[in-house]
Amino acid sequence: MKDDNLIIGGKEFSSRFILGSGKYSLNLIEAAVKDAGAEIITLAVRRANTKEQENILDFIPKGVTLLPNTSGARNAEEAIRIARLARELGCGDFVKIEIMRDAKYLLPDNQETIKATEILAKEGFVVLPYMYPDLNVARDLVNAGAAAVMPLASPIGSNKGLATKDFIRILIDEIDLPIIVDAGIGRPSQACEAMEMGAAAIMANTALATAGDLPLMAAAFRQAIEAGRKAYLSGLGRVLTRGASASDPLTGFLRD
Amino acid sequence: MVKINGRDENAAGMTIEEYLKKTDYDPKRIAVERNGEIVPKATYNNVTLCDGDSVEIVSFVGGG
Repeated sequence: MKDDNLIIGGKEFSSRFILGSGKYSLNLIEAAVKDAGAEIITLAVRRANTKEQENILDFIPKGVTLLPNTSGARNAEEAIRIARLARELGCGDFVKIEIMRDAKYLLPDNQETIKATEILAKEGFVVLPYMYPDLNVARDLVNAGAAAVMPLASPIGSNKGLATKDFIRILIDEIDLPIIVDAGIGRPSQACEAMEMGAAAIMANTALATAGDLPLMAAAFRQAIEAGRKAYLSGLGRVLTRGASASDPLTGFLRD
Repeated sequence: MVKINGRDENAAGMTIEEYLKKTDYDPKRIAVERNGEIVPKATYNNVTLCDGDSVEIVSFVGGG
């Protein structure tokens, strides 16, 4: 098979697994990145502590692309501030827009996300907006200059899997940008299913952070994502609507 | 008083560089916003904090 790279913002990635770095020990990051085969890792921006002993940047292997998010933003204006601060931290111009008005379900505010995407794309950011999977919004995000679209599979941190499957499929069919399934993917099999559908990549954090053995689960996700990608590239076999179809010859039976 | 990361501090008259040194922030790992505008790292030594300024000092943490 020839190179099958994921291209975002002109940058090529051979891995289709975007790793989160939240809710687990900094000491596990290196093993998680390695076992996930990840080339992109997400981060958050928060008020700094003085005399900080440990900084997450010291734990991320070199060569991994940082994808800061705008978590904590409640509207476009706050997301733009966070994105600019993230860029000033000096680790590139990728940004995942994450805007939530609602603290209970943590659902993204699609309209504010479009606004922030437009402004940040104009400022030269490579913008990956996290969104509720809606075709019209996805089209607006394309027009706003997004580099990829990140629809949620189910509520953040829920590990509930592809609750929005049919709507993500519509985005995959209709949107000419990488569709990266983000939020809610809890198991490797769900990641694999999304990749079989034609998702460009999977982003996972809680599925790993709450697993029994984080690096082992990272490896499991990596294999599932690779398997799903190969299945998609191959084209899945057909499904019969009824009846059966023998896999063995229907001649030459050992009987008269 | 200068509001820094939500706390009132006696930092008026100090440059950002002086404030960061005094409070032991690692300048390589932070970004600074003053009254809603990014302060470029190269200017930390000539931006002086004024009474009533609002400053945010941020760094990366783990997140999804």
